[in-house]
Amino acid sequence: MVPVEYYIILSAVLFSIGVAGVVFRRNALVIFMSIELMLNAANLAIVAFSSALKSLEGQIFVFFVIAVAAAEVAVGLALIVEIFKSKRSIDVDQMNSMKG
Amino acid sequence: MTLTPQDYQVLTPYILLTVWACILLLLDLFIPKNRKGITALLSALGLATTLGFTLSQIGSEETGFFGMVVLDGFSTFVNALLLVSGLLGVALAYGYIRRTGIERGEYYTLLLFSVTGMMLMAQAADLIIVFLALELLSIPLYVLAAFARPRTESEEAGLKYFLLGAFSTGFVVYGIALVFGAAQSTNLAAIVGYASTSSPSLLLTIGAALILVGFGFKVAAVPFHMWTPDVYQGAPTAVTAFMSSGAKIAGFAALLRVFATAFPSIAVDMTDVLWGLAALTMIVGNLIAIAQTDIKRLLAYSSIAHAGYILMAFVPYGDASVRADSVAAGLFYLVAYAVTNFGAWGVVIALEKAEGKGLAIADYAGLSKKYPALAAAMTVFMLSLIGLPPTIGLVGKFYLFRAVIAGGFTGLAIIGVLTSLISAYYYLRVVVVMYMRDGEPTIERETWLGLTTGAMAVVTVVVSLVPQYLFAWASEAVLKLF
Repeated sequence: MVPVEYYIILSAVLFSIGVAGVVFRRNALVIFMSIELMLNAANLAIVAFSSALKSLEGQIFVFFVIAVAAAEVAVGLALIVEIFKSKRSIDVDQMNSMKG
Repeated sequence: MTLTPQDYQVLTPYILLTVWACILLLLDLFIPKNRKGITALLSALGLATTLGFTLSQIGSEETGFFGMVVLDGFSTFVNALLLVSGLLGVALAYGYIRRTGIERGEYYTLLLFSVTGMMLMAQAADLIIVFLALELLSIPLYVLAAFARPRTESEEAGLKYFLLGAFSTGFVVYGIALVFGAAQSTNLAAIVGYASTSSPSLLLTIGAALILVGFGFKVAAVPFHMWTPDVYQGAPTAVTAFMSSGAKIAGFAALLRVFATAFPSIAVDMTDVLWGLAALTMIVGNLIAIAQTDIKRLLAYSSIAHAGYILMAFVPYGDASVRADSVAAGLFYLVAYAVTNFGAWGVVIALEKAEGKGLAIADYAGLSKKYPALAAAMTVFMLSLIGLPPTIGLVGKFYLFRAVIAGGFTGLAIIGVLTSLISAYYYLRVVVVMYMRDGEPTIERETWLGLTTGAMAVVTVVVSLVPQYLFAWASEAVLKLF
Protein backbone atom coordinates (compact mmCIF):
# COMPACT_ATOMS: atom_id res chain seq x y z
CA MET A 1 0.00 0.00 0.00
CA VAL A 2 1.22 3.49 -0.84
CA PRO A 3 1.91 5.39 2.40
CA VAL A 4 -0.41 8.31 3.11
CA GLU A 5 2.51 10.77 3.16
CA TYR A 6 3.01 10.33 -0.58
CA TYR A 7 -0.56 11.36 -1.24
CA ILE A 8 -0.21 14.37 1.01
CA ILE A 9 2.99 15.46 -0.70
CA LEU A 10 1.30 15.08 -4.09
CA SER A 11 -1.69 17.07 -2.92
CA ALA A 12 0.58 19.77 -1.50
CA VAL A 13 2.36 20.00 -4.86
CA LEU A 14 -0.97 20.22 -6.70
CA PHE A 15 -2.17 22.88 -4.27
CA SER A 16 0.98 24.93 -4.80
CA ILE A 17 0.62 24.68 -8.58
CA GLY A 18 -2.94 25.92 -8.18
CA VAL A 19 -1.87 28.88 -6.03
CA ALA A 20 0.93 29.74 -8.46
CA GLY A 21 -1.54 29.57 -11.34
CA VAL A 22 -3.88 32.04 -9.63
CA VAL A 23 -1.04 34.40 -8.82
CA PHE A 24 0.83 34.34 -12.13
CA ARG A 25 -1.70 33.70 -14.91
CA ARG A 26 -3.73 36.57 -16.32
CA ASN A 27 -6.56 34.78 -18.09
CA ALA A 28 -9.68 34.56 -15.93
CA LEU A 29 -10.48 31.06 -17.19
CA VAL A 30 -7.01 29.75 -16.41
CA ILE A 31 -7.16 31.34 -12.95
CA PHE A 32 -10.47 29.63 -12.44
CA MET A 33 -9.00 26.29 -13.51
CA SER A 34 -6.14 26.78 -11.06
CA ILE A 35 -8.67 27.35 -8.29
CA GLU A 36 -10.36 24.07 -9.22
CA LEU A 37 -6.94 22.43 -8.99
CA MET A 38 -6.58 23.76 -5.44
CA LEU A 39 -9.95 22.29 -4.51
CA ASN A 40 -9.07 18.97 -6.04
CA ALA A 41 -5.74 18.92 -4.24
CA ALA A 42 -7.72 19.29 -1.04
CA ASN A 43 -10.06 16.50 -2.13
CA LEU A 44 -7.10 14.22 -2.71
CA ALA A 45 -5.70 14.97 0.73
CA ILE A 46 -9.06 14.35 2.38
CA VAL A 47 -9.62 11.05 0.59
CA ALA A 48 -6.11 9.89 1.42
CA PHE A 49 -6.55 10.78 5.08
CA SER A 50 -9.93 9.18 5.34
CA SER A 51 -8.68 5.96 3.73
CA ALA A 52 -5.71 5.91 6.10
CA LEU A 53 -7.91 6.67 9.11
CA LYS A 54 -10.62 4.24 7.96
CA SER A 55 -13.18 7.00 8.40
CA LEU A 56 -16.10 7.73 6.12
CA GLU A 57 -16.44 11.35 7.24
CA GLY A 58 -13.82 12.50 4.77
CA GLN A 59 -15.36 10.67 1.85
CA ILE A 60 -18.65 12.47 2.48
CA PHE A 61 -16.89 15.80 2.75
CA VAL A 62 -15.37 15.28 -0.69
CA PHE A 63 -18.82 14.86 -2.20
CA PHE A 64 -19.85 18.15 -0.67
CA VAL A 65 -16.77 19.86 -2.05
CA ILE A 66 -17.38 18.46 -5.54
CA ALA A 67 -21.04 19.51 -5.51
CA VAL A 68 -20.28 23.01 -4.26
CA ALA A 69 -17.44 23.41 -6.77
CA ALA A 70 -19.93 22.58 -9.53
CA ALA A 71 -22.27 25.28 -8.25
CA GLU A 72 -19.37 27.70 -8.20
CA VAL A 73 -18.51 26.82 -11.79
CA ALA A 74 -22.05 27.72 -12.86
CA VAL A 75 -21.81 31.18 -11.32
CA GLY A 76 -18.18 31.73 -12.31
CA LEU A 77 -18.61 30.86 -15.96
CA ALA A 78 -21.72 33.03 -16.15
CA LEU A 79 -19.71 35.97 -14.81
CA ILE A 80 -16.84 35.32 -17.20
CA VAL A 81 -19.20 35.08 -20.20
CA GLU A 82 -20.92 38.28 -19.12
CA ILE A 83 -17.57 40.10 -18.88
CA PHE A 84 -16.49 38.76 -22.25
CA LYS A 85 -19.67 40.06 -23.86
CA SER A 86 -19.00 43.62 -22.75
CA LYS A 87 -15.21 43.75 -22.85
CA ARG A 88 -14.32 41.19 -25.54
CA SER A 89 -11.55 40.03 -23.22
CA ILE A 90 -11.17 38.04 -20.04
CA ASP A 91 -7.67 39.25 -19.26
CA VAL A 92 -7.69 40.25 -15.59
CA ASP A 93 -5.12 42.98 -16.24
CA GLN A 94 -7.76 44.80 -18.25
CA MET A 95 -10.23 44.80 -15.36
CA ASN A 96 -9.05 48.26 -14.41
CA SER A 97 -12.03 50.56 -14.67
CA MET A 98 -11.72 51.37 -10.98
CA LYS A 99 -8.74 53.13 -9.48
CA GLY A 100 -7.74 54.74 -6.24
CA MET B 1 -29.28 6.92 13.45
CA THR B 2 -32.59 8.72 13.22
CA LEU B 3 -33.37 12.38 13.33
CA THR B 4 -35.63 13.62 16.07
CA PRO B 5 -37.79 16.75 16.08
CA GLN B 6 -35.15 18.20 18.37
CA ASP B 7 -32.66 18.17 15.51
CA TYR B 8 -34.97 20.28 13.42
CA GLN B 9 -35.61 22.57 16.34
CA VAL B 10 -31.93 23.53 16.36
CA LEU B 11 -32.19 24.71 12.78
CA THR B 12 -35.77 26.06 12.81
CA PRO B 13 -34.88 29.65 11.85
CA TYR B 14 -32.48 28.47 9.19
CA ILE B 15 -34.95 25.98 7.67
CA LEU B 16 -37.72 28.55 7.80
CA LEU B 17 -35.72 31.12 5.89
CA THR B 18 -34.41 28.62 3.33
CA VAL B 19 -37.88 27.31 2.56
CA TRP B 20 -39.25 30.83 2.38
CA ALA B 21 -36.47 31.87 -0.03
CA CYS B 22 -37.26 28.88 -2.28
CA ILE B 23 -40.97 29.70 -2.26
CA LEU B 24 -40.21 33.34 -2.96
CA LEU B 25 -38.09 32.33 -5.94
CA LEU B 26 -41.19 30.71 -7.44
CA LEU B 27 -43.66 33.36 -6.29
CA ASP B 28 -41.55 36.04 -7.90
CA LEU B 29 -42.35 34.58 -11.33
CA PHE B 30 -45.97 35.62 -10.88
CA ILE B 31 -45.25 39.13 -9.65
CA PRO B 32 -45.42 41.61 -12.54
CA LYS B 33 -42.23 43.45 -13.47
CA ASN B 34 -43.33 46.84 -12.22
CA ARG B 35 -44.55 45.50 -8.87
CA LYS B 36 -41.31 43.98 -7.55
CA GLY B 37 -41.86 45.92 -4.34
CA ILE B 38 -44.09 43.01 -3.38
CA THR B 39 -41.08 40.69 -3.50
CA ALA B 40 -39.18 43.07 -1.26
CA LEU B 41 -42.06 43.12 1.19
CA LEU B 42 -42.36 39.32 1.18
CA SER B 43 -38.65 38.85 1.73
CA ALA B 44 -38.71 41.34 4.60
CA LEU B 45 -41.66 39.42 6.02
CA GLY B 46 -39.66 36.18 5.89
CA LEU B 47 -36.67 37.82 7.57
CA ALA B 48 -38.86 39.35 10.29
CA THR B 49 -40.62 36.06 11.01
CA THR B 50 -37.29 34.26 11.22
CA LEU B 51 -36.00 36.98 13.51
CA GLY B 52 -38.99 36.36 15.77
CA PHE B 53 -38.21 32.65 15.91
CA THR B 54 -34.54 33.33 16.58
CA LEU B 55 -35.36 35.65 19.44
CA SER B 56 -37.70 33.04 20.91
CA GLN B 57 -34.72 30.67 21.07
CA ILE B 58 -32.73 32.90 23.42
CA GLY B 59 -31.48 30.77 26.26
CA SER B 60 -31.79 27.37 24.57
CA GLU B 61 -28.68 25.25 24.18
CA GLU B 62 -28.78 22.23 21.91
CA THR B 63 -26.82 20.37 19.31
CA GLY B 64 -28.43 18.68 16.39
CA PHE B 65 -27.82 16.52 13.35
CA PHE B 66 -25.26 14.35 15.17
CA GLY B 67 -23.24 17.28 16.40
CA MET B 68 -23.01 18.98 13.01
CA VAL B 69 -24.89 22.11 14.04
CA VAL B 70 -25.32 23.80 17.36
CA LEU B 71 -27.78 26.21 18.86
CA ASP B 72 -26.38 28.33 21.67
CA GLY B 73 -26.32 31.86 22.91
CA PHE B 74 -23.57 32.79 20.48
CA SER B 75 -25.43 31.54 17.42
CA THR B 76 -28.66 33.20 18.56
CA PHE B 77 -26.91 36.53 19.06
CA VAL B 78 -25.14 36.40 15.71
CA ASN B 79 -28.23 35.14 13.88
CA ALA B 80 -30.33 37.97 15.27
CA LEU B 81 -27.70 40.46 14.13
CA LEU B 82 -27.54 38.85 10.67
CA LEU B 83 -31.30 38.87 10.25
CA VAL B 84 -31.46 42.54 11.19
CA SER B 85 -28.69 43.16 8.64
CA GLY B 86 -30.77 41.33 6.06
CA LEU B 87 -33.78 43.51 6.85
CA LEU B 88 -31.68 46.67 6.59
CA GLY B 89 -30.23 45.36 3.33
CA VAL B 90 -33.72 44.96 1.90
CA ALA B 91 -34.77 48.41 3.14
CA LEU B 92 -31.75 50.11 1.56
CA ALA B 93 -32.14 48.19 -1.69
CA TYR B 94 -35.85 48.81 -2.15
CA GLY B 95 -35.66 52.27 -3.69
CA TYR B 96 -32.08 52.05 -4.90
CA ILE B 97 -32.45 49.13 -7.28
CA ARG B 98 -35.61 50.67 -8.69
CA ARG B 99 -34.04 53.97 -9.62
CA THR B 100 -30.84 52.40 -10.97
CA GLY B 101 -32.90 50.17 -13.24
CA ILE B 102 -31.79 46.84 -11.81
CA GLU B 103 -35.03 45.97 -10.10
CA ARG B 104 -35.31 42.23 -10.56
CA GLY B 105 -36.95 39.88 -8.09
CA GLU B 106 -33.91 37.64 -7.76
CA TYR B 107 -32.18 40.41 -5.85
CA TYR B 108 -34.19 39.72 -2.72
CA THR B 109 -34.08 35.95 -3.06
CA LEU B 110 -30.30 35.98 -3.46
CA LEU B 111 -30.07 38.21 -0.41
CA LEU B 112 -32.18 35.73 1.57
CA PHE B 113 -30.02 32.80 0.47
CA SER B 114 -26.92 34.71 1.48
CA VAL B 115 -28.41 35.37 4.91
CA THR B 116 -29.19 31.66 5.33
CA GLY B 117 -25.54 30.88 4.59
CA MET B 118 -24.42 33.42 7.18
CA MET B 119 -26.81 31.96 9.76
CA LEU B 120 -25.55 28.45 9.11
CA MET B 121 -22.03 29.73 9.61
CA ALA B 122 -22.91 30.96 13.08
CA GLN B 123 -24.43 27.57 13.96
CA ALA B 124 -21.72 25.37 12.45
CA ALA B 125 -20.15 22.85 14.82
CA ASP B 126 -18.35 20.91 12.14
CA LEU B 127 -15.82 22.07 9.57
CA ILE B 128 -17.93 20.52 6.78
CA ILE B 129 -20.79 22.85 7.74
CA VAL B 130 -18.36 25.77 7.96
CA PHE B 131 -17.36 25.10 4.37
CA LEU B 132 -20.95 24.67 3.14
CA ALA B 133 -22.08 27.82 4.92
CA LEU B 134 -19.14 29.78 3.54
CA GLU B 135 -20.11 28.87 -0.01
CA LEU B 136 -23.81 29.37 0.59
CA LEU B 137 -23.18 32.90 1.76
CA SER B 138 -20.56 33.72 -0.87
CA ILE B 139 -22.08 32.47 -4.11
CA PRO B 140 -25.19 34.69 -3.91
CA LEU B 141 -22.92 37.61 -3.04
CA TYR B 142 -20.84 37.06 -6.20
CA VAL B 143 -24.02 37.31 -8.23
CA LEU B 144 -25.25 40.34 -6.30
CA ALA B 145 -21.95 42.16 -6.81
CA ALA B 146 -22.39 41.77 -10.58
CA PHE B 147 -26.09 42.55 -10.39
CA ALA B 148 -25.90 45.89 -12.21
CA ARG B 149 -24.71 44.24 -15.44
CA PRO B 150 -23.96 45.35 -18.13
CA ARG B 151 -22.33 48.20 -16.16
CA THR B 152 -18.61 47.44 -16.48
CA GLU B 153 -17.71 48.32 -12.91
CA SER B 154 -20.31 45.99 -11.50
CA GLU B 155 -19.29 43.10 -13.76
CA GLU B 156 -15.66 43.60 -12.85
CA ALA B 157 -16.55 43.73 -9.18
CA GLY B 158 -18.43 40.46 -9.53
CA LEU B 159 -15.58 38.72 -11.31
CA LYS B 160 -12.93 39.98 -8.90
CA TYR B 161 -14.98 39.03 -5.90
CA PHE B 162 -15.66 35.63 -7.41
CA LEU B 163 -12.06 34.82 -8.31
CA LEU B 164 -10.63 35.93 -4.97
CA GLY B 165 -13.52 34.44 -3.03
CA ALA B 166 -13.07 31.06 -4.72
CA PHE B 167 -9.31 31.35 -4.18
CA SER B 168 -9.86 31.86 -0.47
CA THR B 169 -12.28 28.94 -0.39
CA GLY B 170 -9.46 26.78 -1.75
CA PHE B 171 -7.35 27.73 1.29
CA VAL B 172 -10.18 26.98 3.68
CA VAL B 173 -10.83 23.54 2.14
CA TYR B 174 -7.17 22.60 2.15
CA GLY B 175 -6.87 23.80 5.73
CA ILE B 176 -9.86 21.68 6.70
CA ALA B 177 -8.27 18.69 4.94
CA LEU B 178 -5.08 19.05 7.01
CA VAL B 179 -6.97 19.56 10.25
CA PHE B 180 -9.01 16.47 9.43
CA GLY B 181 -5.80 14.53 8.86
CA ALA B 182 -4.36 15.68 12.17
CA ALA B 183 -7.42 15.45 14.39
CA GLN B 184 -9.05 12.50 12.57
CA SER B 185 -12.36 14.32 12.56
CA THR B 186 -13.94 17.46 11.18
CA ASN B 187 -16.15 17.92 14.21
CA LEU B 188 -15.15 20.91 16.33
CA ALA B 189 -15.88 19.07 19.57
CA ALA B 190 -13.74 16.14 18.44
CA ILE B 191 -10.93 18.51 17.42
CA VAL B 192 -11.02 20.06 20.89
CA GLY B 193 -10.83 16.55 22.36
CA TYR B 194 -7.89 15.68 20.16
CA ALA B 195 -6.04 18.90 20.87
CA SER B 196 -6.41 18.56 24.62
CA THR B 197 -5.08 15.00 24.78
CA SER B 198 -2.13 15.12 22.42
CA SER B 199 0.51 17.71 21.76
CA PRO B 200 -0.34 20.00 18.84
CA SER B 201 1.00 18.63 15.59
CA LEU B 202 2.50 20.62 12.74
CA LEU B 203 -0.32 19.43 10.49
CA LEU B 204 -2.93 20.98 12.78
CA THR B 205 -1.05 24.27 12.95
CA ILE B 206 -0.66 24.52 9.18
CA GLY B 207 -4.30 23.59 8.70
CA ALA B 208 -5.43 26.26 11.16
CA ALA B 209 -3.17 28.81 9.45
CA LEU B 210 -4.67 28.02 6.04
CA ILE B 211 -8.18 28.37 7.45
CA LEU B 212 -7.11 31.72 8.88
CA VAL B 213 -5.85 32.82 5.46
CA GLY B 214 -9.15 31.84 3.86
CA PHE B 215 -11.21 33.75 6.38
CA GLY B 216 -8.72 36.61 6.24
CA PHE B 217 -9.83 37.08 2.64
CA LYS B 218 -13.49 36.94 3.62
CA VAL B 219 -13.25 39.56 6.33
CA ALA B 220 -10.81 41.69 4.28
CA ALA B 221 -7.82 41.61 6.61
CA VAL B 222 -4.50 42.95 5.32
CA PRO B 223 -2.65 41.42 3.40
CA PHE B 224 -5.69 39.66 1.95
CA HIS B 225 -7.65 42.84 1.28
CA MET B 226 -6.75 43.71 -2.33
CA TRP B 227 -10.18 42.88 -3.69
CA THR B 228 -12.11 44.96 -1.17
CA PRO B 229 -11.90 48.51 -2.57
CA ASP B 230 -12.68 47.46 -6.15
CA VAL B 231 -15.52 45.15 -5.19
CA TYR B 232 -17.07 47.65 -2.78
CA GLN B 233 -16.79 50.42 -5.34
CA GLY B 234 -18.05 48.46 -8.33
CA ALA B 235 -20.92 46.59 -6.73
CA PRO B 236 -24.30 48.33 -6.51
CA THR B 237 -24.18 50.44 -3.34
CA ALA B 238 -27.07 48.63 -1.68
CA VAL B 239 -25.21 45.33 -2.17
CA THR B 240 -22.02 46.82 -0.76
CA ALA B 241 -23.88 47.98 2.33
CA PHE B 242 -25.21 44.49 2.98
CA MET B 243 -22.03 42.70 1.99
CA SER B 244 -19.68 44.82 4.08
CA SER B 245 -21.70 44.16 7.22
CA GLY B 246 -23.14 40.69 6.67
CA ALA B 247 -20.10 38.94 5.24
CA LYS B 248 -17.92 40.45 7.94
CA ILE B 249 -20.22 39.37 10.74
CA ALA B 250 -20.43 35.83 9.38
CA GLY B 251 -16.69 35.59 8.73
CA PHE B 252 -15.83 36.75 12.22
CA ALA B 253 -18.49 34.49 13.72
CA ALA B 254 -16.87 31.50 12.03
CA LEU B 255 -13.39 32.60 13.11
CA LEU B 256 -14.57 33.07 16.68
CA ARG B 257 -16.26 29.72 16.75
CA VAL B 258 -13.47 27.77 15.08
CA PHE B 259 -10.50 29.42 16.77
CA ALA B 260 -11.88 30.13 20.19
CA THR B 261 -13.40 26.69 20.66
CA ALA B 262 -11.32 24.30 18.59
CA PHE B 263 -7.81 25.68 18.41
CA PRO B 264 -6.89 27.09 21.83
CA SER B 265 -4.09 24.54 22.11
CA ILE B 266 -2.19 26.20 19.27
CA ALA B 267 -2.74 29.69 20.64
CA VAL B 268 0.99 29.99 21.29
CA ASP B 269 1.66 29.83 17.57
CA MET B 270 -1.39 31.81 16.52
CA THR B 271 -1.33 34.76 18.91
CA ASP B 272 1.66 36.42 17.26
CA VAL B 273 0.22 35.87 13.80
CA LEU B 274 -3.13 37.33 14.84
CA TRP B 275 -1.36 40.24 16.56
CA GLY B 276 0.51 41.03 13.35
CA LEU B 277 -2.59 40.67 11.19
CA ALA B 278 -4.62 42.97 13.43
CA ALA B 279 -1.89 45.62 13.65
CA LEU B 280 -1.16 45.52 9.91
CA THR B 281 -4.85 45.68 9.00
CA MET B 282 -5.47 48.71 11.21
CA ILE B 283 -2.39 50.57 9.97
CA VAL B 284 -2.70 49.84 6.24
CA GLY B 285 -6.47 50.29 6.10
CA ASN B 286 -6.38 53.66 7.82
CA LEU B 287 -3.33 54.98 5.98
CA ILE B 288 -4.59 54.21 2.47
CA ALA B 289 -8.02 55.58 3.33
CA ILE B 290 -6.47 59.06 3.73
CA ALA B 291 -5.77 59.32 0.00
CA GLN B 292 -9.27 58.42 -1.18
CA THR B 293 -11.52 60.90 -2.95
CA ASP B 294 -14.40 58.52 -3.67
CA ILE B 295 -16.75 57.92 -0.76
CA LYS B 296 -17.29 54.26 -1.64
CA ARG B 297 -13.56 53.56 -1.68
CA LEU B 298 -13.15 55.55 1.53
CA LEU B 299 -15.73 53.38 3.26
CA ALA B 300 -14.13 50.27 1.75
CA TYR B 301 -10.77 51.10 3.35
CA SER B 302 -12.59 52.05 6.52
CA SER B 303 -14.14 48.58 6.45
CA ILE B 304 -10.68 47.03 6.12
CA ALA B 305 -9.45 49.10 9.05
CA HIS B 306 -12.40 47.97 11.14
CA ALA B 307 -11.65 44.34 10.33
CA GLY B 308 -8.35 45.06 12.08
CA TYR B 309 -10.07 46.39 15.18
CA ILE B 310 -12.33 43.34 15.36
CA LEU B 311 -9.33 41.05 14.84
CA MET B 312 -7.90 42.54 18.04
CA ALA B 313 -10.58 40.62 19.91
CA PHE B 314 -8.96 37.36 18.79
CA VAL B 315 -5.45 38.11 19.94
CA PRO B 316 -5.92 37.18 23.62
CA TYR B 317 -7.97 34.08 22.77
CA GLY B 318 -5.43 31.68 24.25
CA ASP B 319 -5.71 33.32 27.67
CA ALA B 320 -8.63 31.62 29.42
CA SER B 321 -9.18 34.44 31.92
CA VAL B 322 -9.83 37.20 29.38
CA ARG B 323 -11.04 35.37 26.33
CA ALA B 324 -14.74 35.43 27.21
CA ASP B 325 -14.54 39.17 27.76
CA SER B 326 -12.59 39.81 24.59
CA VAL B 327 -14.91 37.68 22.44
CA ALA B 328 -17.89 39.52 23.94
CA ALA B 329 -16.16 42.81 23.12
CA GLY B 330 -15.67 41.53 19.57
CA LEU B 331 -19.36 40.74 19.26
CA PHE B 332 -20.29 44.15 20.62
CA TYR B 333 -17.96 45.80 18.15
CA LEU B 334 -19.54 43.82 15.30
CA VAL B 335 -22.94 45.24 16.27
CA ALA B 336 -21.50 48.74 16.53
CA TYR B 337 -19.82 48.42 13.16
CA ALA B 338 -22.89 46.96 11.44
CA VAL B 339 -25.20 49.72 12.71
CA THR B 340 -22.83 52.54 11.83
CA ASN B 341 -21.89 51.03 8.51
CA PHE B 342 -25.48 50.58 7.35
CA GLY B 343 -26.21 54.18 8.28
CA ALA B 344 -23.19 55.56 6.44
CA TRP B 345 -23.98 53.54 3.32
CA GLY B 346 -27.58 54.74 3.58
CA VAL B 347 -26.35 58.34 3.28
CA VAL B 348 -24.16 57.36 0.33
CA ILE B 349 -27.18 55.77 -1.38
CA ALA B 350 -29.23 58.92 -0.78
CA LEU B 351 -26.68 61.06 -2.61
CA GLU B 352 -25.82 58.65 -5.40
CA LYS B 353 -27.07 59.56 -8.87
CA ALA B 354 -27.46 57.34 -11.89
CA GLU B 355 -24.28 56.25 -13.71
CA GLY B 356 -22.22 56.37 -10.54
CA LYS B 357 -22.32 60.18 -10.13
CA GLY B 358 -22.48 61.87 -6.76
CA LEU B 359 -19.97 59.55 -5.14
CA ALA B 360 -17.02 61.91 -4.80
CA ILE B 361 -16.48 63.39 -1.36
CA ALA B 362 -16.59 66.81 -3.03
CA ASP B 363 -20.22 66.12 -3.97
CA TYR B 364 -21.10 66.34 -0.26
CA ALA B 365 -20.30 70.04 -0.17
CA GLY B 366 -23.15 72.15 1.18
CA LEU B 367 -25.15 69.20 2.45
CA SER B 368 -25.59 70.77 5.88
CA LYS B 369 -27.37 73.84 4.48
CA LYS B 370 -29.77 72.02 2.21
CA TYR B 371 -30.38 68.83 4.16
CA PRO B 372 -29.29 69.43 7.75
CA ALA B 373 -30.81 66.19 9.06
CA LEU B 374 -28.92 64.05 6.57
CA ALA B 375 -25.68 65.90 7.24
CA ALA B 376 -26.18 65.46 10.97
CA ALA B 377 -26.77 61.74 10.51
CA MET B 378 -23.61 61.40 8.42
CA THR B 379 -21.69 63.30 11.11
CA VAL B 380 -22.92 60.84 13.72
CA PHE B 381 -21.79 57.90 11.60
CA MET B 382 -18.38 59.43 10.94
CA LEU B 383 -17.90 60.13 14.66
CA SER B 384 -18.89 56.55 15.41
CA LEU B 385 -16.42 55.18 12.88
CA ILE B 386 -13.65 57.26 14.47
CA GLY B 387 -14.79 56.26 17.94
CA LEU B 388 -15.72 59.63 19.38
CA PRO B 389 -18.57 60.32 21.80
CA PRO B 390 -21.52 60.20 21.89
CA THR B 391 -21.62 57.15 19.66
CA ILE B 392 -21.66 53.38 19.82
CA GLY B 393 -18.29 53.29 18.05
CA LEU B 394 -16.61 54.81 21.10
CA VAL B 395 -18.16 52.26 23.44
CA GLY B 396 -17.20 49.39 21.13
CA LYS B 397 -13.60 50.55 20.97
CA PHE B 398 -13.53 51.06 24.73
CA TYR B 399 -14.62 47.47 25.44
CA LEU B 400 -12.24 46.15 22.81
CA PHE B 401 -9.17 48.02 24.03
CA ARG B 402 -10.00 47.16 27.62
CA ALA B 403 -10.13 43.44 26.80
CA VAL B 404 -6.90 43.58 24.82
CA ILE B 405 -5.07 45.44 27.60
CA ALA B 406 -6.41 42.96 30.16
CA GLY B 407 -4.91 40.24 28.00
CA GLY B 408 -1.54 41.95 28.24
CA PHE B 409 -1.30 43.35 24.73
CA THR B 410 -0.93 47.02 25.55
CA GLY B 411 1.15 47.63 22.42
CA LEU B 412 -1.68 46.51 20.20
CA ALA B 413 -4.14 48.76 22.04
CA ILE B 414 -1.77 51.70 21.51
CA ILE B 415 -1.66 50.94 17.79
CA GLY B 416 -5.45 50.84 17.86
CA VAL B 417 -5.68 54.27 19.49
CA LEU B 418 -3.08 55.82 17.18
CA THR B 419 -4.72 54.48 14.03
CA SER B 420 -8.07 55.76 15.30
CA LEU B 421 -6.47 59.18 15.52
CA ILE B 422 -5.25 58.86 11.93
CA SER B 423 -8.73 57.82 10.86
CA ALA B 424 -10.16 60.99 12.38
CA TYR B 425 -8.42 62.92 9.62
CA TYR B 426 -10.27 61.37 6.70
CA TYR B 427 -13.61 60.84 8.44
CA LEU B 428 -13.68 64.44 9.64
CA ARG B 429 -12.78 65.62 6.14
CA VAL B 430 -16.20 64.37 5.04
CA VAL B 431 -17.78 66.36 7.89
CA VAL B 432 -15.78 69.47 6.99
CA VAL B 433 -16.84 69.23 3.35
CA MET B 434 -20.48 68.88 4.39
CA TYR B 435 -20.48 71.85 6.77
CA MET B 436 -17.87 74.30 5.50
CA ARG B 437 -17.90 74.09 1.72
CA ASP B 438 -20.61 75.49 -0.47
CA GLY B 439 -22.37 73.35 -2.96
CA GLU B 440 -25.70 72.36 -4.36
CA PRO B 441 -26.18 68.69 -3.58
CA THR B 442 -29.42 66.96 -4.45
CA ILE B 443 -30.61 63.81 -2.76
CA GLU B 444 -33.06 61.07 -3.55
CA ARG B 445 -36.00 61.08 -1.18
CA GLU B 446 -37.09 57.56 -0.42
CA THR B 447 -39.19 56.62 2.56
CA TRP B 448 -37.43 53.40 3.52
CA LEU B 449 -33.99 54.78 2.93
CA GLY B 450 -34.72 57.81 5.09
CA LEU B 451 -36.25 55.71 7.85
CA THR B 452 -33.32 53.28 7.90
CA THR B 453 -30.68 55.97 7.95
CA GLY B 454 -32.50 57.93 10.64
CA ALA B 455 -33.07 54.83 12.75
CA MET B 456 -29.39 53.88 12.52
CA ALA B 457 -28.36 57.37 13.62
CA VAL B 458 -30.68 57.16 16.61
CA VAL B 459 -29.46 53.68 17.53
CA THR B 460 -25.83 54.79 17.20
CA VAL B 461 -26.37 57.52 19.77
CA VAL B 462 -28.89 55.86 22.09
CA VAL B 463 -27.05 52.56 22.51
CA SER B 464 -23.90 54.48 23.40
CA LEU B 465 -25.77 55.94 26.37
CA VAL B 466 -26.98 52.56 27.63
CA PRO B 467 -24.46 50.07 26.25
CA GLN B 468 -24.50 47.80 29.30
CA TYR B 469 -27.62 45.89 28.18
CA LEU B 470 -26.19 44.98 24.81
CA PHE B 471 -22.82 44.12 26.31
CA ALA B 472 -24.51 41.98 28.94
CA TRP B 473 -26.31 40.09 26.21
CA ALA B 474 -23.05 39.64 24.29
CA SER B 475 -21.27 38.41 27.45
CA GLU B 476 -24.07 35.98 28.15
CA ALA B 477 -23.92 34.78 24.54
CA VAL B 478 -20.26 33.76 24.75
CA LEU B 479 -20.53 32.30 28.24
CA LYS B 480 -21.18 28.74 27.07
CA LEU B 481 -18.86 28.96 24.08
CA PHE B 482 -15.81 27.64 25.87
